[in-house]
This record gives sequence, structure tokens and C-alpha cells, in this order.
Amino acid sequence: MRPARRSATQAAMPPIISVSNLSKTYSSGFQALRNVNLQIRRGEIFALLGPNGAGKTTLIGIICGIVRPSAGTVSADGHDIVRDFRAARAKIGLVPQELTTDAFETVWATVSFSRGLFGKAPNPAHIEKTLKTLSLWDKKDSRIMTLSGGMKRRVLIAKALSHEPQILFLDEPSAGVDVALRQDMWRLVRTLRDSGVTVILTTHYIEEAEEMADRVGVISRGEIILVEEKSELMRKLGRKQLTLQLQAPLDRLPPTLDAFRLELARGGTELVYTYDTRGERTGITALLRDLAAAGIRFKDLQTSQSSLEDIFVGLLRERA
Amino acid sequence: MNIRAVRAIYGFEMARTWRTLLQSIVAPVISTSLYFVVFGAAIGSRISTVENVPYGAFIVPGLVMLSLLTQSIANASFGIYFPRFSGTIYEILSAPVSPFEIVLGYVGAAATKSIVLGAIILLTASLFVPLRIEHPVWMALFLVLTAATFSLFGFIIGLWADGFEKLQLVPLLVVTPLTFLGGSFYSVDMLPPAWRTVTLFNPVLYLVSGFRWSFFGQADVSVGASVAMTLAFLGGCLALVTWMFRTGYRLKS
Repeated sequence: MRPARRSATQAAMPPIISVSNLSKTYSSGFQALRNVNLQIRRGEIFALLGPNGAGKTTLIGIICGIVRPSAGTVSADGHDIVRDFRAARAKIGLVPQELTTDAFETVWATVSFSRGLFGKAPNPAHIEKTLKTLSLWDKKDSRIMTLSGGMKRRVLIAKALSHEPQILFLDEPSAGVDVALRQDMWRLVRTLRDSGVTVILTTHYIEEAEEMADRVGVISRGEIILVEEKSELMRKLGRKQLTLQLQAPLDRLPPTLDAFRLELARGGTELVYTYDTRGERTGITALLRDLAAAGIRFKDLQTSQSSLEDIFVGLLRERA
Repeated sequence: MNIRAVRAIYGFEMARTWRTLLQSIVAPVISTSLYFVVFGAAIGSRISTVENVPYGAFIVPGLVMLSLLTQSIANASFGIYFPRFSGTIYEILSAPVSPFEIVLGYVGAAATKSIVLGAIILLTASLFVPLRIEHPVWMALFLVLTAATFSLFGFIIGLWADGFEKLQLVPLLVVTPLTFLGGSFYSVDMLPPAWRTVTLFNPVLYLVSGFRWSFFGQADVSVGASVAMTLAFLGGCLALVTWMFRTGYRLKS
């Protein structure tokens, strides 16, 4: 299904996770979440971005039943996570941020244990398929303590998938993971999404969100400050830059160009023009005309678009 | 009820026993055998009988109880403490499992291990001294009840402890002294009257006494008092563990 069409279908369905007025204050007095409202659509990949201490892990912890909420409600697939915790938790798989595994267990035993813990009947075929998908099959009889960090991360993912969850939380999945495994995980996440699993990931790697997410949420100081379709976010908040390489360096810009708010870069050999993609007119035509009128010639030009990271940093600066 | 989850936790804990067979089974059996050598053979040879029971046989219920208490606490406290220490507790807390099912899995496994150990120690003891059990059903009842109660107590210690030192604190500084002073190796009638009164405040006395009664038909305190004390301790532990889960004590922030 094409992303736009999929997004419209997801938006029309009831949310698979609904967070209402959720707050969390720890016994130390630290308020980790402030009146959070969030709805996750069925079958989407949702990236939750935020700096350290923003409340990402606390939010995930509450939804998964690890942290107690101070106020508010959360439902997973229509089941309240407190009153109807069995049905709610049975839908959810969690891959934690830390590499917390049973050192002395074998891969097969620990993944089978997870499936049993979630009340599912043994299904060696499913465990085998999961281990093969995660390239763990040849390690199935190895003790976890003998595995590398990347392999342990795969084991955690296998454990989370052992009971065939409808919702998968990946808390910083790429932390300490090499490029190959990251690519493998991205492939796996897309496969899961295509099979109907809703994936919520928190990440420090903006490129991960940019690469995979359908929607992006930004959390800062315990508050959700933005939830947006990734493509829409980049369209709305994305800025483009036009860089002109000058034939002769400039000491200063002529006053006739003040309206364009140009920047002189690289010792006066480059002119940088930043424009908003949302504007009806970019102003490039007028700029080029005025440059010619001012006698400023250039030998080359290039454009670049702001990344999700630039947008993210910009949003946090605005809030600071 | 999530029976499969209970089975998974129980199986996981039992698998740990087989992995650590030397520590779990063999070590307690060896140390109990040493008690027999020291108390039964060396000292026991100078004490003919206690309440008409040969001293070697007299100490068997106390020795079994000593192992039962210490191993129940050790197994259950480590069982729940280690996932907390390593962080793997996240999986238990995020699973569709009720507190009762969690307790059943961990405490059930710890109690099973202790009962198996108690049975092995009894078998070992029978190699050293002739043993008779007058009330086998009561003996089994005391064995199971004590193992379950102290496994639950160990589970509470495992939740309470925030370091390996605390994990050892209660077993070493409280339970072992109480067991030694609870008539494991003597009858309270052998004590001066003042100490006899003090000993009556030791809950372990009631466990050892009841267990010994099931073997020889003789007890320091009435069987009813032994059962009542065990059930009271079990009730106290259940109330405490319920409060711990209700408040998320040391489990959920």
C-alpha cells in the first residue's frame, strides 16, 4: 500500500494505543510526564523523538506496565492497561533500551520462556521462524553470555516477538548496534508493519526516524510538543538552502540584497540563501535578478533541504 | 489464570537448580552430613538419649528444618532478586501475569527445591541413624507448609534487598541464629527455666517442635501451637507480599 493511502486508512481506524491526560511524578518529585495525550494509529511506525530525560522511556514504561502512572489513562487495543492489564499486555511486545538478558540461558530457552510468560502455547515453528529472521538460528543453543552486544539486541527483539504481539515497542533499538544490524532491523520493522504490527520506536538517531517512521512525535520535558506525519512535518518545517559559489569573494553584501537575509560563508566565496518551502514564492528568481543587477556573478550553485534532525533541534530550541 | 506463565517461571527457576546442582543440592547435603558427623557421632556419642530418642535421630528433624529454612529463603530471595539486579524483571512486569501468578511461580519453585532437598537430607540421615516417622502425613504437611512459608519469606527478602549484602543479612543474622536457638539440636526442657521462657518467643521453635513431633510423637510445644504459628507466619508473609505488589514496592517506580 502506498504511504499516503496507508496513512489515510490508519487515521480512519480507532487508535491502537490511546494515552489520555497521562502524568507521572516520581517519588523524588521529578515530573517525568505532564498531561500527555497521544494516539497511535493501528499499523503505523511511530517514532518518538526527544532528548535524554524527556520522558520517552517513562511513557513506554507506563504503557507496558513497568511504571505506575500518577494520573491519566492508557488503553491498548481498547483495553485499559490497569483494569484489563492481561488483555492489554498480551498485545504488546517490548524491546528495552538496556541489554538485559539472562546470561546463562540459551537463546532458544529464553525466547521460549518469553512466549510462555505471555500465556501462549509452545510453538517451536514460530520460534524457529523468528530466530531465522533475526539471523539467530545458528546461535539457538548458545548461552546468551557468549553472544556479542548486537546478537544480544537481536535476542531481545526475538523475545519481544515470541508471543506474536500486535504492538511492538522498540526503545532505542539502534543503541550500540552496527550498521549491518541496523539495516536488518529496519527491514524487520518494515516487514512487521506490513504484516499489521504497530511499531513505536524511540530513538536518538534521527535518520532512523526519517528512514522508517510514518509519523513522528516529539517529546520534551515530559510534554508532547508535536505529533505529525513525517512527510508533512518535513514539508511544513523543512527549509531549503541555496548556496551560490561566487566567482570573486565579497567583503560585504550590497544593501540592495538586505531583503534576502543572505549569509556570506567560506571567507566570502559563498552566498547562502535560506528559504521556506511553505512559501508560495521561494524568492530565488528575484534573488538571481538582483544579484545580476548588483554585478555579483557565481560559478556554481546547489540546494540542500533540512533534515529531520535540523527540524528536531529547531523545535527544541524554540521550546527552550 | 495464566497457567502457562506460572509454568514458564517455575520451569525457568527449576532449570536454574539443575544448572547449579552442586550449589543447590550437593552442598547442603554435604554440610548436613558434616552436622551428623560432628553432632551425631562426636558429641552424640556422649549423649545417650533425649526424651528417650537416640541423640543422632533426635537432631534429624532439626537438621532438616535448618536446611529447609535456609534453602527456602536463599532460593526464593535469589530467584526474584537476580532479575531485579540484572534488569530482566522488565519482562515479568510487562507480561500479562498477576502478582499471585508471579508469586506462585517463584515461590512454588523455591519450595519444590527445598522439599526435594529436605527429602534428600532425610534419606542421607537414614544412612547414619535408624529413623522412624510416627506421623508421615503430618511430617509431609509440616515439610510443605514450612517450605512454602519460608520461600514466601525469602521472596519478600528478595524484593526488599537492594544489594547482595542485604540478601544475606536476614538469613545469616536472623534465621540461622533463630534456628540454632530454636531447639534444633536440643530439647527446650534441657534449658534453664528463664531461657526456656525466652525460647518460647522464637518462632522457629514451633516449626522444629511440630516437625519433631511428626517423627517421634514428642514435642516441646503443642502441635496445635506449631501449626498455628506456621499459619500465622504464612498469613503475615502473604499480607506483606500483597502490600508490596499493591504499592509496587521496589518493583515499579
